[in-house]
Amino acid sequence: MDRLGSPEELEAFRQVLSSRRDPSAPCIAVCAGTGCLACGAGEVIAAFKAAIDEQDLTARVSMKGSGCPGFCERGPVVVIYPEEICYLQVTPDDVAEIVSTTIREGEVVERLLYVDPETGERATRESDIPFYRQQERLLLQSNIKLDSRSIEDYVALGGYSALAKALSRMTAEEVLEEVKRSNLRGRGGGGFAAGKKWEGSRDAPGDDRYVIVNADEGDPGAFMDRALLEGNPHSILEGLIIGAYAIGAHEGYVYVRQEYPLAVENVTLAIEQAEACGLLGTKILGSGFDFSVKVHMGAGAFVCGESTALMTALEGRVGEPRPKYIRSNVKGLWNKPSVLNNVETWANVPLIINQGADWYTQLGTEGSKGTKIFSLVGKITNTGLVEVPMGITLRDIVYKIGGGIPGGKRFKAVQTGGPSGGCIPEHLLDLQVGFDELTEAGSMMGSGGMLVMDEDTCMVDVAVLHRLPDV
Amino acid sequence: MHSRERAEQGEGSGNSRGARGPVMDIERIDHIVDGHQGEASALIQVLLEIQAEHHWLPGDALVRVSEKLGVPLSRIRHIATFYKAFSLVPRGRHELQLCMGTACHVRGAPRVLDTIEETTGIQPGETDLDLKFSLETVNCLGCCALGPVLEVDGKIHGRLSSADAVDVLKAYE
Repeated sequence: MDRLGSPEELEAFRQVLSSRRDPSAPCIAVCAGTGCLACGAGEVIAAFKAAIDEQDLTARVSMKGSGCPGFCERGPVVVIYPEEICYLQVTPDDVAEIVSTTIREGEVVERLLYVDPETGERATRESDIPFYRQQERLLLQSNIKLDSRSIEDYVALGGYSALAKALSRMTAEEVLEEVKRSNLRGRGGGGFAAGKKWEGSRDAPGDDRYVIVNADEGDPGAFMDRALLEGNPHSILEGLIIGAYAIGAHEGYVYVRQEYPLAVENVTLAIEQAEACGLLGTKILGSGFDFSVKVHMGAGAFVCGESTALMTALEGRVGEPRPKYIRSNVKGLWNKPSVLNNVETWANVPLIINQGADWYTQLGTEGSKGTKIFSLVGKITNTGLVEVPMGITLRDIVYKIGGGIPGGKRFKAVQTGGPSGGCIPEHLLDLQVGFDELTEAGSMMGSGGMLVMDEDTCMVDVAVLHRLPDV
Repeated sequence: MHSRERAEQGEGSGNSRGARGPVMDIERIDHIVDGHQGEASALIQVLLEIQAEHHWLPGDALVRVSEKLGVPLSRIRHIATFYKAFSLVPRGRHELQLCMGTACHVRGAPRVLDTIEETTGIQPGETDLDLKFSLETVNCLGCCALGPVLEVDGKIHGRLSSADAVDVLKAYE
């Protein structure tokens, strides 16, 4: 692949990619995220490849291992384009039937569709399933559409257009101003205004500065960052490069926890691809801006999710937090100004630059803008990732999207913010979800874990689980 | 208990040759260090690669890393004992990681742990005498929809009952 020397060359590359693709040709996307792989998606992908080969369909049908669409409860998830037919819990034994019925004859395999437990109705398309219908998927929507390991797929869907816009039509100050106006707040749990953090770094003295992706997702029950980094790594990189441009950093790091080997693999590959295309490295897209990224794998230390501990670990030392009299955006990695943001925060940046802060701030509440991805787990019918506009009520998340408590059991509480957050009881279910709203209720947003407990869950046991470990 | 004894052996001699498990090739270590351009800041990445290849960090490997990177051995041991990914004693051929995150916990992970302990005869942090299994409990593997989750050598087994866990373990030699 040749390096793209200008935004025009990126656009031309996008045109070539779309002209090469026939939108009416069947494409089989199988979720290749960790959850689906654990349910046997690897075997399903192999079976599809073999069936396509055997039936001489290779010229007509394409196939991809996609990112995680979030419906992990019913994996492996298969979506057939262009009709967007969604099959759930697919096994290798179903593959022959899908190929002969859906790909060859254009008919739907009814038994693999989602069945609404209340009405008994089947949903053919992903967007017809109630779990997805109530969501607002700005960040997650591309996951099932793209091959997580293909930069072409990302570019074909409009990828890196925000970077091209920032580098060619905006000054660094304008990028910073747009992010500030969007009121994007840190998705890792702190909820600190990203634009303000960036500005502090930009204004700090010194020549070298760094940008860092915090993918040390340690909050038990939360896996949205894993899904984003595994499923759509280029979107995180694009956000990071834009952030680096805004604050004037030329080096960046992606810190991924060791428990996420697939995320490490996919983001490492994405970096190599972006370098080969001239989207990372020197004179990005023909501009005067240079930037490079390294992946750092964590070695298993929960505390390294904390920003200063993470930076110490990046320096190759024991990851212990330090007092923050001086914030790390002023004095961070190697004592240089360093902007550290969570995976999901970075993923929001290309959207804000492409569509503008005015568009972005239409979604959400007064203090919390945009969407938030939650990982809805525990005693809930539909487990998985849900991306919702800020301001939605807990009740809507638990009942309309989550499908309520299984087995006709009664709701007891929902834990937000992980062990350091709180358990929100039934009488507060109409609470709007937002940084300030959850804090006022005595819990917190955290990174987005949402753990549902039913009448059988013993709150004392939960408290015991979260006690300090025996030393 | 036996794993603790072995740990003391390793600590005492400061050299892995007395302990069981193959000795690491010095050239291989040099190759790993050189892959990171010999930068001291890459220390954790170097140790992770040695751990991944060898399943533990033999004492003479640490001495070599210390010489190559110019980092004091005391700092390397500080790191090797701080991060959970590293082991200073030989590990089993198969790594069992049982998720004890909240989502897996409410779905019955403690019962699965009891079964695994009974079946293998080891507790979290230990390795059996045949060096077949090492058992660890981990915080959250991010597969909460599939809890309880057991990862064996990187392969994830989800929605695990105690009986399933016994079947999974039988498949490993």
